[in-house]
Amino acid sequence: MTCMELRVENLTVSRGGLPLLQGVRFCVASGQALILRGPNGIGKTTLLRTVAGLQPAVSGDVSVDLDEVCYAAHLDGLKTTLSVEENLRFWADVFGTDDVETALERLNLNELRTRHAGTLSSGQKRRLGLARLLVTGRMIWILDEPTVSLDAASVALFADVVRAHLARGGIALLTTHIELGLEDAQVLELNPFEAKGGANDSADEAFL
Amino acid sequence: MIALLVRDLRLAVRAGGGFGLGLAFFLIVVVLVPFGVGPDTALLSRIAPGVLWIAALLACLLSLDRIFALDFEDGSLDLLATSPLPLEGVAAVKALAHWVTTGLPLVLAAPVLGLLMNLPLAGYTALMISLMLGTPALSVIGAFGAALTVGLKRGGLLMSLLVLPMYVPTLIFGAEMARRGAEGLDYSAPMFMLAGISAGALALLPFASAAVLRVNLR
Amino acid sequence: MASLWEYANPLKFMRTSERVLPYVAGAALLCLVGGLVWGFFFTPDDYRQGATIKIFYLHVPSAMMAINIWVMMLITSLVWLVRRHHVSALAARAAAPVGAVMTLIALVTGAIWGQPMWGTWWVWDPRLTSFLILFLFYLGYMALWAAIDDDDTAADLTSVLCLVGSVFAVLSRYAVNFWNQGLHQGASLSLDKAENVADVFWYPALLCIAGFVLLFVTLVIIRTNTEIRARRMRALLAREQVA
Repeated sequence: MTCMELRVENLTVSRGGLPLLQGVRFCVASGQALILRGPNGIGKTTLLRTVAGLQPAVSGDVSVDLDEVCYAAHLDGLKTTLSVEENLRFWADVFGTDDVETALERLNLNELRTRHAGTLSSGQKRRLGLARLLVTGRMIWILDEPTVSLDAASVALFADVVRAHLARGGIALLTTHIELGLEDAQVLELNPFEAKGGANDSADEAFL
Repeated sequence: MIALLVRDLRLAVRAGGGFGLGLAFFLIVVVLVPFGVGPDTALLSRIAPGVLWIAALLACLLSLDRIFALDFEDGSLDLLATSPLPLEGVAAVKALAHWVTTGLPLVLAAPVLGLLMNLPLAGYTALMISLMLGTPALSVIGAFGAALTVGLKRGGLLMSLLVLPMYVPTLIFGAEMARRGAEGLDYSAPMFMLAGISAGALALLPFASAAVLRVNLR
Repeated sequence: MASLWEYANPLKFMRTSERVLPYVAGAALLCLVGGLVWGFFFTPDDYRQGATIKIFYLHVPSAMMAINIWVMMLITSLVWLVRRHHVSALAARAAAPVGAVMTLIALVTGAIWGQPMWGTWWVWDPRLTSFLILFLFYLGYMALWAAIDDDDTAADLTSVLCLVGSVFAVLSRYAVNFWNQGLHQGASLSLDKAENVADVFWYPALLCIAGFVLLFVTLVIIRTNTEIRARRMRALLAREQVA
C-alpha cells in the first residue's frame, strides 16, 4: 500500500485580492479523513481549490502529490446529453482506468445507466458525480460539499464509499454541514484561521 | 485525449447545434450576398472567393464561444484541469473538435455554395485547399479567444472583437489563394503562407490558450 | 545606485514619478509648442505638396508613437508575466488608450493629408490598413481590461493577449503588404540622412517627435498613478470590510 500524506503549512489563501484564511495548517495521513467546517464565505471552497492546485496560494506550503488528487466541486461536470454510463466512461478514459461497472454498482446507479444525465434528479446527479471519484482511481479526494442534495440513504451510501476508500489507504479532505458518521474523521474548525484586518499577506500588499 | 475528442464530437452531434447551425449560417450568408450586391453573375463570380471565405470565417466565429464556455459552466473544466490530461492538450483537442464539427463541414459544403456564387470552374481546387489549410488556424485562434473570455458573463461580443483582428492574416492569404485559383493564376505563394500560419498557430497557440485557461480557473 | 526594480513598488513609483512629472510635462509642452510653431509658421512650403506638408508634423510623430506604444506595452506585459511587478501591468493598461488615440490621430491626419495628395480620404493601402488593424488590437486590448473585475486576472489575460496579438499584428503587416502594394510614400524619416527630408523640415519634426514622446510619458505617469490610487483604494476598502 502506498503511503502518502496531505500536508498544509501556514497557508494563506485569498479570493479577489482579499485574504480569507491565514496560517492554516493541517496534515492528513493515509487512511484518514479531515472535515473542514466553518460558516459560509469563510473560504472553504477557496482553500480546497488551492490545495487541489487550481489556484496559487498567497503564502505557505501545500505538499501533496497532485497526480494523486481528485477534486470534486459543487458542480459535477456532467454532460446532460450523455448517458450516465457514457459520462463515467469518459472520466475513466481520461484517468486511464476501466472500473465503470464497480462505480455504478457502488453508488446504486445500475438502473440509471442508460438514462441521459439531463433527466436525472439533482440527488441522482450528485451520486453520479461521486461515482466519478471511484473511476479516477486516485487516492486523495478533495470534496467540496459532496452531500448537498443527497437523501439520508444516499448519504449513508456515500459514507460507505468514503470508508472503503480510507480503508484502502486513501485520503479524504472534505467540507460538509451534516454528520457523515465517519467514526474517526478529524474535524477542523476554520474560524480561528479567518484573516484579520491587519493581515499583511494579501496580494494587494504592495499597494498599502 | 482521444476520449475527450470523442466526447466533444458526441456532444456536438447530440446537441444538434454543432454541425447544422454553422453550415446553415454559411449558406444564409452566401445567399444574402446576391441580394446585397445584385444578381450580376460576372460580378458574383469575381467576388465569390472572398465572399465564401468571409462567410466561412463568420460561420466559424459563431460557435467559438461554446468551445470552453459549456465545460466551464458545468464544472467539467475544473475537473479536466485536475485530471492527468495536460491543459495544453485539452485546449488543442477542443480546438480540433471545433474544427471537425465546424471547419470540416464548411470545407465540404464550399463547392456547392461556389456553384451558387458562379465561381469559375478553375477555382474549386484552390478554394477547397485554401479552406482546408485555413480553417484549422481559424479554430485554434478562436479557441484562444474563447479561452480568454471564458469566465465572462457576456464574453461573446468581446471575443469577436479580440478574435477578428487576429483572423486578418489567415483571411488575406486564404482569400488571396482562392482568388488566384479562380483567375487561373499560380497560387503557391499564398498557399505556403497559409500553411505556415496554420502550422504555427497549431503549434504555439494551445500553450497560450492553456496559460489563459489556468488564469481564468483560479 | 539602487536597482531599477525598486521602482516596481507602486508607492515608490508614485512618489518618484510625481516629483519628475512637472519637469516632463513642462518639457513636453515646450517641445510641442516649439516644434509645431516652428513647423507651421517658420518652414517653407514643400515645392510639390504646398502647405499640406505641414500636417507632417502631427502625422509622423503620432504614427511613430502608435507603434512604439504597442512595443512598450509588449515589454511591460512581459515584465509583468515574468517578474509580476504591478506597476508594469498598470503602465501597460495606462498606455493603451494613449496608443489608441495616437493611432487615431495618425489615421485622421493621414486622411486629411491624403485627400489633396491622392484625391481620396481613404485607400486600402498597406500602411493605412495596418494602422486600422493596429487600432482594432488596441480596442480589443482595452475592452478585455474593462471586462474583467479582478485586477490580477485582467493583467494576466491582457498580457498574454498583448503577446499573441503582437505576433498577429506583425503577421498582418506582412499579409497586408502581400495583399496590396500601396500608394503611401516610404518611411519619411530614417537614421540614414541621405534618404531623408531636408534639414529645414527635419529639425522641427525632431522637436515634435520629442514632444510626442514626452507627452506620452507625461500621460502614462499620470494615468499609471491614477490606476495605482484606484487599486490602493480598493485594497483599503477591502481591508476595512475584513476588519
